[in-house]
Amino acid sequence: MISSAEKLEEYEKGLAGRIPSSLRTEILVSMGTCGIAAGTTPILEELKKEVSEQKLDDSVKIVQVGCMGLCHSEPTIEVVDKESGQRIIFGNVIASQAKSIVAKSVRTAGVQAVARTWYCPEDEEMNPDAIQARIVLRNCGRIDPEEIDEYIMRSGYQAAAKVLASMKPLDVIKIITESGLKGRGGGGFPTGRKWKFAADQKSDEKYVVCNADEGDPGAFMDRAVLEGDPHSVLEAMIIAGFAVGSHEGVIYIRAEYPLAVKRLHLAIAQAKEKGLLGKNLFGSGFDFNIELKYGAGAFVCGEETALIHSVEGKRGEPSFKPPFPAVSGLWKKPTVVNNVETYANVCAIIRNGAAWFKKIGTENSPGTKVFSLTGKINKVGLIEVPIGTSLRDIIFKLGDGIKGGRKFKAVQTGGPSGGCITEASLDTPIDYNTLIALGSMMGSGGMIVMDEDDCMVNVAKFFLDFTLDESCGRCTPCRIGNKRLHEMLKEITDGNGTHETLTKLRKLSDNIKDTALCGLGQTSPNPVLSTIKNFEGEYLAHIDHRKCPAKVCAKLLSYLINDNCVGCTLCAKNCPVTCISGEKRQKHLIDQKKCIKCGVCYEACKFHAIDKD
Amino acid sequence: MNDGQEICSGATSILESLPEKRKELEDYMDGLPLGNDPEKNRGFLIESLHKAQGIFGYLPEEVQLLVARKLKLHLSEVFGVISFYSYFTIVPKGRYKINVCTGTACFVKGADGIVGEFKRFLNIEMGETTSDMKFSLGGLRCVGACSLAPVVLVNDKVYGNVTPKQVPDILVECK
Repeated sequence: MISSAEKLEEYEKGLAGRIPSSLRTEILVSMGTCGIAAGTTPILEELKKEVSEQKLDDSVKIVQVGCMGLCHSEPTIEVVDKESGQRIIFGNVIASQAKSIVAKSVRTAGVQAVARTWYCPEDEEMNPDAIQARIVLRNCGRIDPEEIDEYIMRSGYQAAAKVLASMKPLDVIKIITESGLKGRGGGGFPTGRKWKFAADQKSDEKYVVCNADEGDPGAFMDRAVLEGDPHSVLEAMIIAGFAVGSHEGVIYIRAEYPLAVKRLHLAIAQAKEKGLLGKNLFGSGFDFNIELKYGAGAFVCGEETALIHSVEGKRGEPSFKPPFPAVSGLWKKPTVVNNVETYANVCAIIRNGAAWFKKIGTENSPGTKVFSLTGKINKVGLIEVPIGTSLRDIIFKLGDGIKGGRKFKAVQTGGPSGGCITEASLDTPIDYNTLIALGSMMGSGGMIVMDEDDCMVNVAKFFLDFTLDESCGRCTPCRIGNKRLHEMLKEITDGNGTHETLTKLRKLSDNIKDTALCGLGQTSPNPVLSTIKNFEGEYLAHIDHRKCPAKVCAKLLSYLINDNCVGCTLCAKNCPVTCISGEKRQKHLIDQKKCIKCGVCYEACKFHAIDKD
Repeated sequence: MNDGQEICSGATSILESLPEKRKELEDYMDGLPLGNDPEKNRGFLIESLHKAQGIFGYLPEEVQLLVARKLKLHLSEVFGVISFYSYFTIVPKGRYKINVCTGTACFVKGADGIVGEFKRFLNIEMGETTSDMKFSLGGLRCVGACSLAPVVLVNDKVYGNVTPKQVPDILVECK
């Protein structure tokens, strides 16, 4: 049992002393959901087998770690040379390369090294080539998330020990307020102020809630933190509990994240066993417990009042604010709700102070932001950059530009609540305010890059599709208004839209924004408004010329066979409705009346003989 | 208080025909720290439904009623929660649950076309199950494997970088 701050220090020293002096190499294997899906499990087994066959157990240690963020190169492995401290990351590893990785003869086996584009401000020198600064993800991909000792060896639970042993609740709130940390879940409300509100309430019971209901499509930042470094969230919740005077923590997590759930369960059990959760933490007399509650597939539960209803076992419908949860939340008691990434910042701030945190990021929004960078980009991945980094650096340096040499068209931030940003704004340093000025928002951190082959009307329709599905139905503007928006967008993509449709789209969007009950409805028209604002020409092409410039909207397309056709018959064989006719070695013809515009012929043709028009 | 709620007799009782599964659910619920206050018990509703669906594969009315009685809630309240959350289903699903990721990354990489092919081959709509109970087709919110987009999940198996052409092959693999 770790019953005081001194005991924690002793314990940590003991752990460091237990590392065998013969240890030469550490091999870290990325075992997050995406790594496992890409096939790291057999590699881990192969590496372990190799080490035991070669009798290298004393000098080589194999560690399963969380996501390194290098999705584009999964499966990834990092080899750390303990003597020189050199770290090399290998990407696209296959199981048969395990032998050469263990033998350090990777060059001959054709294993690719991947550049490390980040540094950790807390314990590493600044690297001039590093665009990323990792505070939230500092342990992700470095420690075994299923071993509490590895977390403790990386200064784990020291922040909680410091707070409980030597600070007053108001001092904690003061540091968090001074650091300028804002909620990373979307809204960007100052965390310190949120805690102060809850701390000011007089109540026999209070709750600290962690929002891990990451429902934004194309976003997986919180999953990576929970899978890669679960204790950092638990520790921050203890600190929040102490600051506001709560003894009960609740983590509300999506059922779609089975691995994160498993690792959180394990982390809570290990923390309890060590006396880091439960009664009388660090001998301070302060008690704190954390329980897990599961979501069941409802995006709206990311809204804090809806989340609270869901924890109470009700339908996850939002309610009107005020009263804010800090006054009357879970079981009608004062409740602090923060998301995973916000908590993951707290311990670093406590350990290093507010001034240290403010050195990173912009004056207005200190710190970093984690983004999941996906879409039509060469290097898909999880990145953490100082707030104020430009989109151009993110997309073209970290993301390595657009896939297949295509032209960049737009990037969507803020998911279904955000908007698209075009080429013209790529150099803007991004923070909460600049994104809003551009008609988008920070959101939780999904960043989806689109190229010239994406139809922006169709993209807006996609997001409305999502909102329609996820609207809880409680308030009329969201339930009915979004349905009408979706219908109008469908009219346009089907070629039946008019200029009046466009006017109505704008007007209804504004109405929904002004009148919907919660954040979901108030932001759901953003993708429509921002695509109209930035790509009005594309809307007009659909309306005036019945053409989809990106050649996506099937109803406005026709497939035509050109003179490249050699009569190989491949298209006719693949056509599901047999609408392609022609003799062998003769140019073929598509019957436009029968064609269902599935595009199978286009995919099948090896001679570029089929045009989309 | 729920004694008035009985299921129409006639249909085969799932709980009676599967006594072990019934016992598993009852044991689980008896292990929860429940009291007489339905408002406090309600906090255990969603996890009980997760458990029940894990045991039975879906949530038929009899199972809903069992959960309602244990928590001292009304059946309609339990149904209200089930119908709200997309994770819960009151109809049995096929042996192969085909889920196409409908996250944004998969969308921009052509998940739509893949859904279309599955619909065409199986002759069912999203959310439906084939009449032989072999395949269910559904959408799935981002699974976080965006680097492999577009992604299809068949039960727990992940297929990455799927093209419409591979759809028949995926179906053939489900034997």
